[in-house]
Amino acid sequence: MAKYAIEVNDVGMKFNLSQEKLDSLKEYVIKMLKGQLKYNEFWALKNVNFKVEKGDRVGILGLNGAGKSTLLKVIAGVFKPTEGSVVRHGRLVPLLELGAGFDSQYTGAENIYLYSAVLGYSKEFVDRKFDEIVKFAELEKFIDVPIKNYSSGMKTRLGFAIATQVEPDILILDEVLSVGDAKFRKKSEAKIMSMFKSNVTVLFVSHSLDQVKRLCNKAIILEHGQLIASGDIDEVAAIYEEKTK
Amino acid sequence: MLKKQIDTFKRYRFLLRELVKKGIKLKYRRSYLGILWTLLEPILTTCVLTLVFSGFFHKGDKTFPVYILTGRLLYTFFSSGSKAAMKSIRAHAGMIKKVYVPKYIYPLSSVLFNFVIFAISLIVLVGALFIFKVYPNWWTLTAILPLIMLFLLTLGAGMILSTLSVFFRDLEYLWDVGLMMIMYTCAIFYDDKAMISSANGWVFKINPLFAIIKDFRAAIYGENMFASPAWVIMPAVVSVLSVVIGVLMFKKNQDKFILHI
Repeated sequence: MAKYAIEVNDVGMKFNLSQEKLDSLKEYVIKMLKGQLKYNEFWALKNVNFKVEKGDRVGILGLNGAGKSTLLKVIAGVFKPTEGSVVRHGRLVPLLELGAGFDSQYTGAENIYLYSAVLGYSKEFVDRKFDEIVKFAELEKFIDVPIKNYSSGMKTRLGFAIATQVEPDILILDEVLSVGDAKFRKKSEAKIMSMFKSNVTVLFVSHSLDQVKRLCNKAIILEHGQLIASGDIDEVAAIYEEKTK
Repeated sequence: MLKKQIDTFKRYRFLLRELVKKGIKLKYRRSYLGILWTLLEPILTTCVLTLVFSGFFHKGDKTFPVYILTGRLLYTFFSSGSKAAMKSIRAHAGMIKKVYVPKYIYPLSSVLFNFVIFAISLIVLVGALFIFKVYPNWWTLTAILPLIMLFLLTLGAGMILSTLSVFFRDLEYLWDVGLMMIMYTCAIFYDDKAMISSANGWVFKINPLFAIIKDFRAAIYGENMFASPAWVIMPAVVSVLSVVIGVLMFKKNQDKFILHI
């Protein structure tokens, strides 16, 4: 067993800003002929280096545009870093934009299977977990209804239920602790707390320092794509408070 | 390296199956006859084409519907499979932006689900063979060879198209025109022999899909397709090559997809 759950080694992520909106051949050819295909380089992350031990709960702090979401996407494997590498030990489940991977024509039940498959689980595993997921999402009556007829609250509840009931090793939380109504929010916080006890590794992004302090034992601060502090939550929180004053 | 690839594939086998299932289920969802359309559609279009081309143009051949059906079924798979694969990356943008999944799963599943639908529709062909008294012999078994080539060609074209269309969406419209060209040079509803020997015969000779349809027809009519080996070797080479090029292109560019969807 490796000691670390996540190793981020000298990660840099470069974007070519001007290139992003070119999606028609005509535009491309015109720009190319005019010699306007300039690449406006922008490093969203640079030389980011840190390790997360198994069972750690790491808060990622930083102002808007500091590169927090980019870092999470690199760790989740959605972005391939321009430089450096990320090593993950264990199964990672992201809890970002809940329900964005659902198919609206599919029923709730079908989406449970589809979504779990996307997360890399097997059919047998989902068969076992199916009832728990439905029960946790409180959707027993609507599970055979197409998702397009769901309310947005029902969708997020289902997304949350799937991502947490599958027992991931690494959980990525991007300000999602405000799911559904007050009752469900309480339930989801309790669920996350109980997952903390079962030694899951957590990466947590939030603008609320209080919430980070309450949930995490470690933290890092990003500023303009650079890692400027990392360590125990109290030390790092003090630095962050100093910075945001 | 290869072992890692195989392990990842095993892990996402269930996803591949789910996506194939989804493609088939959603294609006919909310239609009253559902999956029956896979059979009805080729029957109806073959009726129309037979009516038009044997009624109006007075073709004598009694097995003409079988001739049309073979061409049409194979062409339809190629056209819908390559189109679905081309659009697959953008269709699954929501997932790609969020969770890591080996991306080739998307075009692969698109081609696979169309292949399953195609395989079901072959039942119609079997029925037609009985009705028009085209009886099988040992050569019929060689029909499997053009089917393998067809699958590879569609997959290769799908991988190439899906890579390119991420960067240039115009391709989705351009490919419709390309498919029309391919359709008319496939001899689906007219006699191919006269065409090949005409001045523009070369257009048919360079169309791998036409060669595949020709080989398939030969097998179905119980003839030896290897009698003219060039018509077998060319499509075999082209389909394998298309997969190789498709995989290499896809692999080289897949990390950039996320920036363009």
